[in-house]
Amino acid sequence: MSGGNLIVMEKRPITLHINGCDIDVLIEPRKLLSDVIREDARLTGTHVGCEHGVCGACTILIDGRPQRSCLTFAIQAQGKTLSTIEGVVGEDGGYTALQQAMHEEHGLQCGFCTPGIIVTFEAYLKNNPDPTEDEIRDVLSGNLCRCTGYQNIIRAIKKAAAMIRVDVGGA
Amino acid sequence: MKPGKFTYHAPENLHAANQLLAELGDDAKIIAGGQSLIPVMNLRLAQPDHLIDINGISELAGIHQENGLFTLGCLTRHADVETSPLLMDKFPLLPAAAKRIGHLAIRNRGTIGGSLCNADPAAEWPLIAILLDAHLSIQSSGGERHTPAKEFIQSVYTVDLGADEILTTVAFPPLARGEGWAVNQICRRTGDFALVSVAVTLKLDRQGHIERLRLCLGSMDVTPFRLIDVEQAARGKIPDKAWIHEMAGIAFDAGSPESDMHASAQYRREMAAHLTSEVLTEALGRCRAGT
Repeated sequence: MSGGNLIVMEKRPITLHINGCDIDVLIEPRKLLSDVIREDARLTGTHVGCEHGVCGACTILIDGRPQRSCLTFAIQAQGKTLSTIEGVVGEDGGYTALQQAMHEEHGLQCGFCTPGIIVTFEAYLKNNPDPTEDEIRDVLSGNLCRCTGYQNIIRAIKKAAAMIRVDVGGA
Repeated sequence: MKPGKFTYHAPENLHAANQLLAELGDDAKIIAGGQSLIPVMNLRLAQPDHLIDINGISELAGIHQENGLFTLGCLTRHADVETSPLLMDKFPLLPAAAKRIGHLAIRNRGTIGGSLCNADPAAEWPLIAILLDAHLSIQSSGGERHTPAKEFIQSVYTVDLGADEILTTVAFPPLARGEGWAVNQICRRTGDFALVSVAVTLKLDRQGHIERLRLCLGSMDVTPFRLIDVEQAARGKIPDKAWIHEMAGIAFDAGSPESDMHASAQYRREMAAHLTSEVLTEALGRCRAGT
């Protein structure tokens, strides 16, 4: 091996808690959480766009708060509660209010940005059930969509908020 | 777009972090929120050999009111400042400033200490820390020292922090009763870096004359800066429309903004003047509303 540049990849075993399941993976510390979710946990609903925190496609919930999975190392996520788009399910196993509203209002075309948007607003609407359009636009600024021009997404989020308020009000 | 290889350390307390830093020196980098560090690592603009993750050191996070100061641990997330009931009630300038940082997902992870140590001339916390004369506490294995924000932030991405030192807390002196304030910035899109930012505080005496003015400009030079001479000259003046117009003219000529792909120096000057007029008007409104 003299003169060879053999790089020893030092992998570490870690456990990630994703969507209610413990998942054991063997990873290098330099591996981004987004890549571990997609390649090791095989949850490919989390998309990777820009890989420097601009596009929002990789947004997941870490301890209930929307964060960029491309701007966190997986090794930092041990002991955290992670949820991805695969964990977004309605009460009866169908669509959530937001998913239904995105469907009805044509809030997506190619769908690449959609998981990041859904995950962000599932968490946001839980804490802010009656947002103004300005507030919705402010939060949506963290997710780039190159298809829709955003108008239908904003309409869908408003509709979902109204649906959630009715649900909560009626409960 | 993948970071290079590094050795990962997760010390459990500040003492252990300081020891690691003293041992590893310039080969090590501290990671707090990582919202500026990981992008440059992903782009391979930075390739530290060692990362020291301070996220597990819980004593470094938290917002406290003590000895008349509002003290924020370096690990306090922007979103925690934005939503802190204590600050929203007693120091609304800080949540208002935090709200302007990046996007929700960035604010949930990024930290005030990280932002100050990164010292981006367009960033929010350096602007606010210099505006309010924040005191910073810095810990090394040799002990603790204190420094004003203005001396800590030296130039673009350059701060007064030794290889074995960690910024631990940021202490903000509160505004006086009835002191008005305002913060504003120009961005091409919400969440982008500010092309120009301006922050002020304004205190009037009973006769409506200026008792204390603080005016800080961001993105107009290598660091945010206060217009100290102008602030002193403003004492005793009446803050009427003509005075605000005069201040906007002074902001136009201040600093030495650069032209880049985002904005020309001339545009930055014009926006500095415009923003100065806006924030002074807004701060004056707060003075008169008595908040």
